[in-house]
Amino acid sequence: MQVLEFEKPVAEMEAKIEELRHLSDDGQVNIVDEVARLQTKVEKQLRGIYGRLTPAQKVQVARHPDRPHCLDYVGAMVTDFTSLAGDRAFAEDQAMIGGLGRIAGQACVVIGQERGHDTESRVRHNFGMAKPEGYRKAQRLMHLAEHFKLPIVTFVDTAGAFPGVEAEARGQAEAIARSIEVCLSVEVPLITVVIGEGGSGGAIAIAAGDYVMMMEHSIYSVISPEGCASILWRSRDQAGEAAAALRLTAQDLLQLGVIDQIIPEPLGGAHRQPQAVYDAVSKAIAHEMGVLMSLDGKVLLERRHAKFLAMGQKGLS
Amino acid sequence: MPPPPTLCAEHLLFVNPNLSILPMNWLTNFVRPKIRALVSAQKEIPDNLWEKCPGCNAMLFKRELEEQFNVCRHCGAHLRLPPAKRLEMLFDDGAYDLIALPKATHDPLKFRDQKRYSERLKEAQSKTGQNDAIMVAEGLMGGKAVIIAAFNFAFMGGSMGIAVGEGLVIAAQRAVAARAPLIVIPASGGARMQEGILSLMQMPRSIIAAKSVKDAGLPYIVVFTDPTTGGVTASFAMTGDIHIAEKNAQIGFAGARVIESTIRETLPPGFQRSEYLLDHGMVDIVVTRHELRETLIRILGLLTGKAPANKNKSAAASLAGPFPHGARTLPLRRK
Ligand SMILES: [Zn+2]
Repeated sequence: MQVLEFEKPVAEMEAKIEELRHLSDDGQVNIVDEVARLQTKVEKQLRGIYGRLTPAQKVQVARHPDRPHCLDYVGAMVTDFTSLAGDRAFAEDQAMIGGLGRIAGQACVVIGQERGHDTESRVRHNFGMAKPEGYRKAQRLMHLAEHFKLPIVTFVDTAGAFPGVEAEARGQAEAIARSIEVCLSVEVPLITVVIGEGGSGGAIAIAAGDYVMMMEHSIYSVISPEGCASILWRSRDQAGEAAAALRLTAQDLLQLGVIDQIIPEPLGGAHRQPQAVYDAVSKAIAHEMGVLMSLDGKVLLERRHAKFLAMGQKGLS
Repeated sequence: MPPPPTLCAEHLLFVNPNLSILPMNWLTNFVRPKIRALVSAQKEIPDNLWEKCPGCNAMLFKRELEEQFNVCRHCGAHLRLPPAKRLEMLFDDGAYDLIALPKATHDPLKFRDQKRYSERLKEAQSKTGQNDAIMVAEGLMGGKAVIIAAFNFAFMGGSMGIAVGEGLVIAAQRAVAARAPLIVIPASGGARMQEGILSLMQMPRSIIAAKSVKDAGLPYIVVFTDPTTGGVTASFAMTGDIHIAEKNAQIGFAGARVIESTIRETLPPGFQRSEYLLDHGMVDIVVTRHELRETLIRILGLLTGKAPANKNKSAAASLAGPFPHGARTLPLRRK
C-alpha cells in the first residue's frame, strides 16, 4: 500500500507490528500484548490524523492509488453486471464504464469513470479522463435506462474530461453539455456517488442527478487545486492554499447545499477496509433507489430541476 | 471626453501596410507628436483613444472602431464588443430595455487568493459599470420581441458564477413569459473559480434555463463570440437549437495551453476557431459581425414560420458600406 507523507508515523508502527508478528511466527514468546499495544497506538494516531485532514491532505486521500475505483465498486456490489460498450457513433471509451446490473436486487444502469490501477490499465482507461465518445456513451445508456424505466447509478472519479486535440475536434464541450442535459431530462432516478475525485465539467456531466452522495474523503471541485493555483497564484506550489480556498471537501459541499449525503469511510480511508465501504455504499444506494422509485417520473424531474435552479441562490443579496 | 475636432490623420497613417513592421517607439516618438500637432486644441492624446488591431497591428482610432462595432476596417478582425454595444447593434433602432438582475455582491466562499475575490468583484464593477458579467435585455428585432443575454468579457473574463447563472435563468423566464425567442451571446473564459463548486453548478442550472425555453417551443439561439471556452461552452452554449459563431472566435473546452502543456500535443492551424468548429460540425453558421443581425432575423423568421420581417432600421444596417475584407458569408466547404 502506498503511504502518504502524513501517514508515515502510522506506517512505521504498522511495519513494527508486522515485524513482531513475523517473530511470533517463529515461535517466540509473548508479544501479543505488545502487538495489541501498538495497534491501539496506530488506531489512535490514525484517528488523530484522519480526524483533522487538511483540504490538501483530503485531495491526496481522494486520489490515493489504492483507493477503491469504479470497477472495484462494480465488482463488489453490482450483481449480474453486464458491461455495455460504445457510443454508436465513433468509439468505445474505456474511461467511461457502463452497463446493466443489480444493486441490492434492483436492476439498474451503472455508469462511472475508471482510472485504472496499474500502468497497463491506466492507459487502457485513459486515467479516467473520458473523451466525447465516453460522454456520448453515458448519454446513450441514460436514455436506455429511461426507456426501460431503470434507475441510473453513477460513480464519479475523474481528474476531468480529457484535454486533447482529438477530444476538442470531436466536440468535448458539446458532449459534456448534452450529457448534463440528458441527466436533467431522464424521467428515472439518477443517483450519484463521488467516490474519489470529482473533477469539474468531466464530473458534473454524469452527476446532475436527484441524489448526490460523496465519500467522506472524496473531493469535488470546479478546477483542480493545482490548476487554480497556477492561474490565481501563478504557481502550482500554492495548490494547498487553493485546495483550502476552493472548499472542495465533501464536508464543504454538504454545507454549501450542493450534495445530499456523506458516506463515512473506515478509519484511515476507504482503501484500508474496502469491503466495509462497498457495504455502506450499496446500502445507501439501495435505500435512495427505494425512495426515488416511488416517485412519478415528472415529479422526479421537477424536483431535480428545482434543486439545481436553487444552487447558489443563497449567495445573492 | 470629447473627440478631437477634425482627426483624419489616422486615415493617412494606417493605410500604410508597412506600419506594422515599424518598432513601437516609432509610433510614440513620431506618429503621436505629429497627431498632436494636427490636433492643436488637444494637449495630450491619451492612450485610450487608440487600440491596436490584433489582426493587422494597425493602430485604430477608438471612436471610429466603435462606429464599426469593433471590426477592424483594414483587415476585418473582430475585436471584442462590450454587451451594451452588442445590444445596440442587434435591436431595432438600437433600442432595448434592460432587465434588472439581482445585485451580486456576494462571495459565497469568502474566497481569497493573492487578492480578495470581493475586491476583484468591486474592481470589475467599477471598471465596467455592471454588477456582473452578463446583461439581459428585451426589445424588438425585425419587429418581433426577443430576449438577449450578452456576456461582458471585460468583467472577470466573462466568467460564469452565481450571478451570471441567475441572469440566464431570468432571461429564460422572461422569454417563456413573453413567448419570445432567447438569444444568448457568450464571451467567457468559463466557470468563475472564485465561486468554487457553486460556479460549476451553474452549468446544470444554465442548461435547465435554456431547456425551459426549448421545451416551451421557443427558439433558443447561441451566438458564439471570442472567446467562449471551458464550462460555458460545455453547458448552455452547446445546447442551442441553432449555433452561430462570429468569424475567427476562439471556441473550445480545454485551454490551448493546457492541451500543449499536459498532453504535449501540437495544435493544428486554426484550432478552436469558429471555422474549425464549423468544419467539425459543432456550429451551424459562421458570420461576420455585420451579418449577424440579419442572419438572426432570418432564422427566427424561419423557425417561427412568420412572414419575412422588415429589416431596415438597425444600427448595424447603417454600417458604412461593405467591409473591405472578410465581409462575406462563408461558402459551403467541399473537401
Ligand atoms: Zn486589423
